[in-house]
Amino acid sequence: MARPDFTQTEMMIVAASRLLEDGKTVFTGTGMPILAALLAQNTHAPKLAIIYEAGGMCPHKPPTIPLSVGDSMTTYKAVMASSMDYAMSFIQAGYGEYAFLGAAQIDMYGNINTTVIGPHDKPKVRLPGSGGANDFGSLCWRTIIIMRQDKQRFVEKLDFITTPGYLTGPGAREKAGLPRNTGPWRVVTQLGIYGFDEDKRMILLSIHPNVDVKDVQENSCFPIKIADNLVTTPEPTTKELKVLRSLDPYHVVLRK
Amino acid sequence: MEVLDEGEGELLAWCDPDEHREWVRKNKCLSMEDKTMGLREAISKFVQDGSYIALGGFGHVRVSMAAIYEIIRQRKRNLVVAGKTAVHDLDCLIAAGCVSKVEVAYAFGHELRGLSPASRRAVETGQVKVATEWSNGAFQWRFKAAASGLPWIPAYIMMGTDTFKHSSAKIVKDPFTGRPICLIPACFPDVAIIHVHRCDRYGNCQIDGILVEDLELARAAKKLIITTEEIIPNKRIREEPWRTCIPYFYVDAVVEVPYGSHPCNMPGCYYFDEEHIAEYLLLTRTTEGTKKYFDKYVYNVKNFDEYLELVGGVKKLNYLRKLEKGKARFTYPWIQS
Repeated sequence: MARPDFTQTEMMIVAASRLLEDGKTVFTGTGMPILAALLAQNTHAPKLAIIYEAGGMCPHKPPTIPLSVGDSMTTYKAVMASSMDYAMSFIQAGYGEYAFLGAAQIDMYGNINTTVIGPHDKPKVRLPGSGGANDFGSLCWRTIIIMRQDKQRFVEKLDFITTPGYLTGPGAREKAGLPRNTGPWRVVTQLGIYGFDEDKRMILLSIHPNVDVKDVQENSCFPIKIADNLVTTPEPTTKELKVLRSLDPYHVVLRK
Repeated sequence: MEVLDEGEGELLAWCDPDEHREWVRKNKCLSMEDKTMGLREAISKFVQDGSYIALGGFGHVRVSMAAIYEIIRQRKRNLVVAGKTAVHDLDCLIAAGCVSKVEVAYAFGHELRGLSPASRRAVETGQVKVATEWSNGAFQWRFKAAASGLPWIPAYIMMGTDTFKHSSAKIVKDPFTGRPICLIPACFPDVAIIHVHRCDRYGNCQIDGILVEDLELARAAKKLIITTEEIIPNKRIREEPWRTCIPYFYVDAVVEVPYGSHPCNMPGCYYFDEEHIAEYLLLTRTTEGTKKYFDKYVYNVKNFDEYLELVGGVKKLNYLRKLEKGKARFTYPWIQS
């Protein structure tokens, strides 16, 4: 399935980066989300404002990718070194267009788990917890989740809802008290790009090259709907790959 | 106000703001006095077994590693720690056996480097208890509430999730909008330790780069230890008062520790020592290795200066300064480890 000239990770990051519209704000988590945002900024979206939860606003061409959403690279030639109160208030007031998150588990409503695998009081694997994810997923207009897909990750029921997706379906976010018209917008995996239908359930919008539709269902515990107008994700272009690899010259993220 | 839902987590480090006000009036020194002291004295005086502590910076950025090593050296036990984006700071304290309870917004991870082996082991075996879950935004707003002398702060976060269920927040019906809103309780830590770029001997501090949540944390904590790269004359503070982010009122101790954040990142000064962090992550995979690490770098060194020699001395520190400016080759040895 994998072609020799680009990896699954590269396909995921390229597909995710194309989702980001120029001239908007994006709040990213560590790893693939940062790299996807940087790729967008260095290709089709030069005016994309990358903002980090710890306070870095709009860094410009850092010499290496941030290892942390609060390290020096997040303020490299930035427009402002602010604070977490500043960044979180900014999105609560409606200035956060995209949230860009990773996840350990996701369900069909786009709820995500980054806290624990197994019971909370007797964890099988203890993960780091929400970090800024719950804030981003609650407050940004459109949340994009980038993660690998398999039956351990695309689950019927999460072990723990760390960050809200559409919770139990239409109207549930608003009923819980979350700001209206927010929620998960896209999910990008090594197999395709998903959106959410009118029932707020995950639906396959685009399938990556050389992936079969049955792979998509075989790698999920919940049923995945297929869009009527399903398209194939265009392969990464030579330019996208070149820029992407130059942004992570030490293969800190791309090694995965 | 009608309470719609309540988190089931333990309410820690909260008190009635009236009590806090009285505590402040009785205990805080409001006159500008020399607060300088040694690290050993500062930690033994202000950090007790069982204290609720919060560490400034961002887990592995501008954290006071010198103070953390000193806490470990003094074998403090049963600390309760605010896991408000805790990374290398908390991981070391857990690995060394100082911690019994954590409130978690982000903990037990090393961001891009992966999960922290020592912390994971401690939580998964029950040695360390997770008291509550929060988001990063929630935790810093807990400090903001405390800093403002308020019992809680409202926000549109955590609602609908297990993060809320495991927190000590409450959801109420907002009397203005009529909709649910989350009330995040104040957090008044017993002691906070914040590493800054420079301050005077009275504790008037300047921080370069992002403030993270230190503007709020400094004012929320009952006792505040400042460690600093450099002590500067009060005259320099007064020449640029707009640069002061923590004024002396809040500060109980000032300790000068150049490179006090090593092996972590001090914005504008020095970058992560990835070689050292890789050694730490490798050794802490086992309890034997963990003991070896702390014997070598904490228990068997007299002070932080001796530690700096041990990790590579001037040559290493100069390299980290160059890295911070993007003028040396970055390495990520934990990729192979």
